[in-house]
Amino acid sequence: MRLTDLAPGQHAQVAAVHSTEHLAHRLAALGFRAGKLLQIMRHGALSGPLHVRLGTTDVILRRSEAAQIEVLPLADEAAPA
Amino acid sequence: MKRIALIGMPNTGKSTLFNRVTGASARVGNWPGITVDLMTAKILVGAHMAEVVDLPGIYDLHGYSDDEAVVRRFLETTPTDLVLLIVNAVQIERQMTLALQVRALGLPCMLLLNMADEARKFGITIDTEKLSEALAMPVALISAKYGEGQPAALKKIGHALDTPREAGTAKLDALITPEQIERETTAALHQAVHVPARLPEHLSDKLDRVVLHPAFGLPLFFLCMLLLFQAVFLLGTPLQSAMTWLFDHARTLVVEPAVHPLPEFVQGFLLDGIWSGLSTVAAFVPLIVLFFLFMALVEDSGYLSRAAFLTDALMSRLGLDGRSFVMILMGFGCNVPAIMGTRVMRSRPHRLLSMLVIPLSLCSARLQVFLFLIAAMFSPRNAPWVLFSLYLMSFVTAILTALIFKRKYHSTEPFVIELPPYRLPTLMQIWLRGWMEVRHFLHRATKMIVIGVVCVWILTHVPFNAVPAGPDTLAGMLGRALQPLLAPIGIDTKLTVALMFGFIAKEIVIGAFAVIYGMQGDTLASHMATQMDWVQAVSFMLFTLIYTPCVSTIAAIRAESKSARFTLLSVAWPLVLAWLVSFIFYQSARFLLGH
Ligand SMILES: Nc1nc2c(ncn2[C@@H]2O[C@H](COP(=O)(O)OP(=O)(O)OP(=O)(O)O)[C@@H](O)[C@H]2O)c(=O)[nH]1
Repeated sequence: MRLTDLAPGQHAQVAAVHSTEHLAHRLAALGFRAGKLLQIMRHGALSGPLHVRLGTTDVILRRSEAAQIEVLPLADEAAPA
Repeated sequence: MKRIALIGMPNTGKSTLFNRVTGASARVGNWPGITVDLMTAKILVGAHMAEVVDLPGIYDLHGYSDDEAVVRRFLETTPTDLVLLIVNAVQIERQMTLALQVRALGLPCMLLLNMADEARKFGITIDTEKLSEALAMPVALISAKYGEGQPAALKKIGHALDTPREAGTAKLDALITPEQIERETTAALHQAVHVPARLPEHLSDKLDRVVLHPAFGLPLFFLCMLLLFQAVFLLGTPLQSAMTWLFDHARTLVVEPAVHPLPEFVQGFLLDGIWSGLSTVAAFVPLIVLFFLFMALVEDSGYLSRAAFLTDALMSRLGLDGRSFVMILMGFGCNVPAIMGTRVMRSRPHRLLSMLVIPLSLCSARLQVFLFLIAAMFSPRNAPWVLFSLYLMSFVTAILTALIFKRKYHSTEPFVIELPPYRLPTLMQIWLRGWMEVRHFLHRATKMIVIGVVCVWILTHVPFNAVPAGPDTLAGMLGRALQPLLAPIGIDTKLTVALMFGFIAKEIVIGAFAVIYGMQGDTLASHMATQMDWVQAVSFMLFTLIYTPCVSTIAAIRAESKSARFTLLSVAWPLVLAWLVSFIFYQSARFLLGH
């Protein structure tokens, strides 16, 4: 499943990042690394960016970039907080 | 002299710390092979004089962005005695990566955990002693914004500098693998840092529900921008007039008597050239201070990143991002601070594209010219529509320019940015921002603006026996020479001379009419109505709207882009566009009207 497929509020775990090295470096630095947990906070209107929370960091990213991140959705009870 | 470099991810508070520690003594330093501005300052720490360098915020030492290359280059070529690693304590787990990457370079490092105040609110506890042991480098917990922990941190920095050793440069091939980093981070943080499993709901979350609301977010943003805009120009305009008044009085009371004994043309040169140039510069000062006082509020509060979120769907199609949107909007007040404000954009192509688009915003100086001409040429019933069309044209040319140049200034920077929590900047931070920007503007732009004003003075006054701005001056001759080009868009010699004045500042165009036609106020307005028809007037206004931004804008573009070629483009493109738009309008109107 891709990050763009998640609904707002849903929790997931990063499975893999399939992107160019430039983007992969940036994503890793902002916390998108395999195994990390995240939550989709909201979708921007009109196919705008996604607002994602990873631990104590909030990130916004365009859908084209988010589509390159593979995630495993988590059931709500498995999610922290 | 020791050298200390500050390294950290964007938004960790490096600049805040730098400003707090160095006071107002900072200046822009020059470094071989490095094109971006690096702020440096000399301070006394413990027993050492040290030069502190604020490096650009980076995400990854081995990343691909321009800033990341700058930092690598700096570390490779500049001997450094101590690297201060600034980490946001709230995000310590994620940000340790950069710290460990830098430590692997073999330079002496010290870790500064910033935002102690926010970490406390999140319930995060950090044992600096244990962390220091685990990482084998000194660690201090501080709050750069409020000054908490600063004396203790400075003491530790002083100690770190006590160890006698040669300042070293980085060995960039000394790589550390992501796995090693992950392992070491986990080990170090496990003992020393406690992050509660359940984070308390932040005030930011509640605010975001309103501010980033899918339906109301955008209107709210427009409303905020409108208020901001009104505030800047409501407060700024009287201050600007006051500044002009001050310079005018200084001129009649002090400068004119002082230069009186000199020959007449020298007087003219000094008064109408140099002195007017200086007062042009001065008139911008209140506007820039105000603009950046408010910008500091918008930026430090975290609203600018939210604006990027809200407007990205629209702006990404133009090859721009939400932060450029704010600047373009501000350009409708005055292009100069808007150009300077593009510094909040991190990617250079984005900045350049924004700088190309901003001068097309119908600024308040152009508005004055249009109001005068429209009142002279159109009935009160038609007047609002003419003005509205000019605003529309301003948007259309801006969008057109963005679409045409978006491939040339294509940003490779990924749009993945951090959304900081809402913060209230301190008065000190706001004030410092306004002051620094003005200093920057005066430093960088004064010379060019004065030279520009002097050039126009020479054009309109040489030869000295001719009537100023008359047909026998250089300007008049140039105007005649340009007739083959400008007659097809309905602009005659006199109007051409007025356009040359507009190069200094658009609002001067009205004053230029007065000089050129030798009349004032209502007489001037009614005389002009007999001199041209409405098609010519609209063509002239379209040209005025689009052609070369004023010399102050050009000076700002030059200072911000640091590229003569780009500056040339930013002058040439609007000229070409202005001519084309006026030509299409003038010729089709003439054709449709049948004469
Ligand atoms: N609460 C809190 N906020 C801080 C602290 N230090 C800095 N800030 C805020 O963090 C934001 C970013 O600070 P800057 O100093 O601009 O960050 P920087 O690291 O220089 O960022 P770049 O210039 O983008 O690299 C600003 O809004 C500061 O007011 C702190 O100790 N506590």
